[in-house]
Amino acid sequence: MCSEGLWSLENTQPPNFCFSPELGNLADVQHIILVLSGKGGVGKSTISTELTLALHREGKKVGILDIDLCGPSIPRMLRAQGRAVHQCDRGWVPVFVDREQSISLMSVGFLLENPDEAVVWRGPKKNALIKQFVSDVAWGELDYLVVDTPPGTSDEHMAVVEALRPYRPLGALVVTTPQAVSVGDVRRELTFCKKTGLQVVGVVENMSGFVCPHCAECTNIFSKGGGEELAQLAGVPFLGSVPLDPVLTRSLEEGHDLTQEFPKSPAFPALTSIAQKILDGLPARLS
Amino acid sequence: MEEVPHDCPGAESAQAGRGASCQGCPNQRLCASGAGAAPDPAIEEIKEKMKTVKHKILVLSGKGGVGKSTFSAHLAHGLAEDENTQVALLDIDICGPSIPKIMGLEGEQVHQSGSGWSPVYVEDNLGVMSVGFLLSSPDDAIIWRGPKKNGMIKQFLRDVDWGDVDYLLVDTPPGTSDEHLSVVQYLAAAHIDGAVIITTPQEISLQDVRKEISFCRKVKLPIIGVVENMSGFVCPKCKKESQIFPLTSGGAEAMCRDLKIPLLGKVPLDPHIGKSCDKGQSFFIEAPDAPATLAYRIIIQRIQEFCSPHQSKEENLISS
Repeated sequence: MCSEGLWSLENTQPPNFCFSPELGNLADVQHIILVLSGKGGVGKSTISTELTLALHREGKKVGILDIDLCGPSIPRMLRAQGRAVHQCDRGWVPVFVDREQSISLMSVGFLLENPDEAVVWRGPKKNALIKQFVSDVAWGELDYLVVDTPPGTSDEHMAVVEALRPYRPLGALVVTTPQAVSVGDVRRELTFCKKTGLQVVGVVENMSGFVCPHCAECTNIFSKGGGEELAQLAGVPFLGSVPLDPVLTRSLEEGHDLTQEFPKSPAFPALTSIAQKILDGLPARLS
Repeated sequence: MEEVPHDCPGAESAQAGRGASCQGCPNQRLCASGAGAAPDPAIEEIKEKMKTVKHKILVLSGKGGVGKSTFSAHLAHGLAEDENTQVALLDIDICGPSIPKIMGLEGEQVHQSGSGWSPVYVEDNLGVMSVGFLLSSPDDAIIWRGPKKNGMIKQFLRDVDWGDVDYLLVDTPPGTSDEHLSVVQYLAAAHIDGAVIITTPQEISLQDVRKEISFCRKVKLPIIGVVENMSGFVCPKCKKESQIFPLTSGGAEAMCRDLKIPLLGKVPLDPHIGKSCDKGQSFFIEAPDAPATLAYRIIIQRIQEFCSPHQSKEENLISS
């Protein structure tokens, strides 16, 4: 279609459904949480995945929508790579990660034939796919829908906020690492939330220190405290710090069964406490 | 700058002027006539402008937070150590400009001169341009869709008074989207030497980097090589190395072998690098003997070697 269409994948064109959006595939979703960060590589996808697992352990039904179209990482982290998306009369059926079908996932990663293929799309095409992800995925009944976003404040973010605006409650979880460079980008992300009228559920500081496995010395590789300072500055809740855990990184990498591995990690208590704060605070704050 | 309707198929598209969203657009007739499909005149203007720029290098990575800006900044510092080398650093990460902070230029403003915008100078031979210099407060978010970002990149290339420059380094945002397509298209006629691709050792990063390499191949952008960043962490107390970002799939080395592209080097994770960036200082001056400094220097030398045969070829053409 577009001239850049030459560079894009024909087979990722979403199919057309004979289905009206009024049916509302998000009608039975209780809460929507957008995971945002101005900066890349601060752990949005990791936090999205871990938060999903933490909420799942609290007995919640959770869905993850991965709208990082140029770099989808969630399928690998949840060992769902290479799975196919099927259609039903209500739209796309998300991929179920666990046997009980209580974690469901949708990502552009499932629509690519070759995992190394680049999705070289400009804004309008990305917007169209995101709209489709919001309206055409048959999530069914969910307690939480976690939306993992790419870095920045551009097309994907505007598209998803626009598309999700009618569905409430909707809140943003902002992820940062402790360094000043990252905090700077995240300040801009908070301005984005303010400008688009998105409620900030809280700030999470990721990669907050590394415990040397040889001598147990804790080094703040990316310094410390930036997240809390930022939250205070912006007047939004600070939900907690999540330490760097190479063991967990490795499990995420290798796509181990995280529901089993995750509770053993030092990141687990941090995430459980964050999930608890969300469970307690979110309904009240967003109502 | 004007707001473009967000379902606009784009003036270059075959659907231009004919799509559903074109109904009622003031440019509908112009687009439908096909006039918009002609190549952007800016490409020629940029080619003219870039005549005084010898080498153009893009710093890319599919993944965010792997150290593109840190590497770009240090490549600039390293090249500019030679007083006779004029270096320009352009930050096209429109939504997350970190170069001003890393270069210690936060709060600086761009000046308008007769020949365009003047870059902000760190040293006499190191000029920097970033959208960060155009913002009034560090909280300002740039909430722009693709076409507006593209317009900004065009302005940076066409309207900045770069002067005589040996190296123009372009720091990019993560991904393979508007900014990347635009910079490659705008510089198409001016010749880009190549791209340096930054990754961290984990598979989750390499997975995105493979996409970036497939992007380079699609747009026929030469790849200078891959830099593996954060390649292991040396504990400051016991001096033992651990892999914070484990190389489960053989790291960048195995990927480069598979895809037959050069590995320029590995930079270890040194907590002082991040601190230098936060303070806006050059890590080379802070820690001249650190292993990371040595790794950077070897990489910078390889990049210079990659660029120099091109230079001599062009000089031969001019003299013959």
